[in-house]
Amino acid sequence: MDWTLWVEWFIKALVVIFAILTGFAYLTLYERRALARIQTRIGPNRAGPQGLLQPIADALKLFFKEEFTPARADKVLFVLAPVMTVVPAMIIAAVIPFGTQFTLPFLNRPVTLYVADINVGVIYLTAIASIAVYGIVLAGWSSNNKYALLGGMRSSAQMISYEIALGICFVIAILLGNSMSLLKIVEAQKDIWFAVIQPVGALIFMITTLAEVNRAPFDMPEAEQELAAGYHSEYSGMKFALFFMAEYEKMIVISMIAATLYFGGYREFWFLKDTWFSVDQHWWLGPIYLLLKVIVLLFFMIWIRATWPRIRYDRLMAFGWKVLLPLSLALVFITALGILLADQFGAIYIWTIPVLSIIAGLVTTLLTNLSLRRKVAHA
Amino acid sequence: MSEYQLQEIPVGPYKHLVSERAISGETMILNMGPQHPSTHGVLRLVLELDGEVIVNCIPEIGYLHTGVEKNMEAKTYLKAEVMTDRLDYMNNMGNNLAYVMAVEKLVGLDVPERAQSLRVILTELQRIASHLVWLGTTALDLAAMSVFLYCFREREIILDIFELVSGQRMMVTYFRPGGVWRDVPVEFESAVRNFIKIFPKRIDEYEALLTKNPLWLDRTVGIGKLDAATALQHGVTGPTLRASGVNWDLRKARPYAGYDQYDFNVPIETKGDTYARYLVRVQELRESLKIVEQALNKLPIGPVRSENRKFVPPPRSELGTSMEALIHHFKLWTEGFPAPKASIYSAVESPRGELGVYLEGDGGPKPYRVHWRTPSFDNLSVLPKIVKGHLVADLVAILASIDIVLGDIDR
Repeated sequence: MDWTLWVEWFIKALVVIFAILTGFAYLTLYERRALARIQTRIGPNRAGPQGLLQPIADALKLFFKEEFTPARADKVLFVLAPVMTVVPAMIIAAVIPFGTQFTLPFLNRPVTLYVADINVGVIYLTAIASIAVYGIVLAGWSSNNKYALLGGMRSSAQMISYEIALGICFVIAILLGNSMSLLKIVEAQKDIWFAVIQPVGALIFMITTLAEVNRAPFDMPEAEQELAAGYHSEYSGMKFALFFMAEYEKMIVISMIAATLYFGGYREFWFLKDTWFSVDQHWWLGPIYLLLKVIVLLFFMIWIRATWPRIRYDRLMAFGWKVLLPLSLALVFITALGILLADQFGAIYIWTIPVLSIIAGLVTTLLTNLSLRRKVAHA
Repeated sequence: MSEYQLQEIPVGPYKHLVSERAISGETMILNMGPQHPSTHGVLRLVLELDGEVIVNCIPEIGYLHTGVEKNMEAKTYLKAEVMTDRLDYMNNMGNNLAYVMAVEKLVGLDVPERAQSLRVILTELQRIASHLVWLGTTALDLAAMSVFLYCFREREIILDIFELVSGQRMMVTYFRPGGVWRDVPVEFESAVRNFIKIFPKRIDEYEALLTKNPLWLDRTVGIGKLDAATALQHGVTGPTLRASGVNWDLRKARPYAGYDQYDFNVPIETKGDTYARYLVRVQELRESLKIVEQALNKLPIGPVRSENRKFVPPPRSELGTSMEALIHHFKLWTEGFPAPKASIYSAVESPRGELGVYLEGDGGPKPYRVHWRTPSFDNLSVLPKIVKGHLVADLVAILASIDIVLGDIDR
């Protein structure tokens, strides 16, 4: 292993981290502007053209804020918690492929557009994603505040129960891509996106990711109306900014993962694969495609936040365990069955997967609706 | 460390209100408010929690005490009216109406037809505005944040109408004993008609976002059930009572200000839960709009103030030409008018329930005693009973659904 490889890795890691940090800053602006449009407001448009300098102004404000530590807080954990939340959100991006590769001019050296292609990339994702919950639980506990404690407890319960359905959705992508390497999963979507083959799986993935990153309508741990900001109610200044950063970085990263696993990652639409728009012909289209997909997925998160009320905590757990988990298990079975059929009787049988999973999804929706209607009738 | 010793909330003062388990430390005492985003003002709730389940809820009021009742005793009948705007700050016109009706009853003052119709139009608009704030904040408490801004968009139109007629958006003091302050400007009718035109569609919008939304149903159906007997026991009135199946609306039961001339329904629901209270208020939005439209259609032309100069100040234009008018003006704004030595009670249907004024005169120009029977106070008293066994998240929904205004409770 020559030293140039180290330099390459170092530069790529820096680029990814800066990309995510910038992404975080502008995601806050994006969210505020999009929410404002939905809510017949204007949103921040004063700092710079179209409010483009607003994130910088916000960051500066948070830098100069007082860092308050509650008197009887556990000082060490209180400082450690935001760090433990924000670091996993950043390092998770290491395995996400942003594109294929290109040759560096003059040096004639191929450079790949991802930091690492681990052969168990999907496992890495699940492992790192779960670490973030420690930060939240510790923040809730170390603040010595009952509201924060309730928030921290809620989040641990929520994340643990939704991680299972999320992990099963990873399994579906692994089955379809026949690999645990994210690069191979993306390349397997050359002919068709997995979201087309397994639409219900993609939907469940999106729902569980909302719970995983604590976004509305699953923003239980923060629940500003009930718990007055929950686990980070005692945090201020840059420590608060780190939690904020972690939440938005997780949104970006999880959208990247969703795009990678189900929406073709850095690849173009499957029907464009032999045209000028293909990433095989122009490597620089890869990151652009990924960015566009992330922007669209993020918009859905913002849209949902603007529209829906929050689910109650116990109903959320019930939904995770009683609806999403059985459904996702059924989907794994259906996917495996479809792949087996396609192997045995010809590629056309792969279409049993979407048909059967949509049926499963409809049955689940119907049953959930029936139970809700029964509840309404008996109330 | 020592100087920053923080105190847990002691169980001691609440010993008779919490369960045995709280004293042994098995359940947790959680202080909610007076600074909390969801207690709708400065209400303090001391909660005894078993996990997140509420075992006991102890409301503590008085953080917004303004002494309005006592202050009114130090002012003449005309000047005391400005205090009424500050009581229930979501229902300024309604408070004005309750007070001026009481004064009119006490001194026996007539009110012209046009003034009555204007009062009805503006009070019903105020009811719509109040229900809009209620709907918006309730939705916001359940995290449906866009509804909040949509509701405030429409409320803004109503406040603009208030500004048009009175010069103020909230603290209007527009109704006066014997009529209203002055006639409405010519733009008034078109402004109200514009509102009548656009508002029904906007109600449909709110309902599209909430009424059949599974998440909304999940959060509100069966939450905080209040049966009719308990409600009556606690003196609950208004939409909260009507959602429990009791048909009691002062506008129908004891018509005042000419409400008997208008054709409107009193929405009733029977389930008594948070969802029923939501449905009642949303239907009331439509009914109030009906009343506004009818009143505007037959708004008579004529004076807007009583001609009785002993109680009603003369118009400005007469001051330069009439000696008598000048004397009346001077007398009314310095000494005020005397009221007989008698006591009366008069009540109106505010957006929150029965808003009553007890007024006692002692023959002088100032009231001897003023007492307000405010709906939020009585409605809040039922809260500890209906939140038991629910989660903290439900408490927020229930508290929002009984629609309290702290200015109305601490007066």
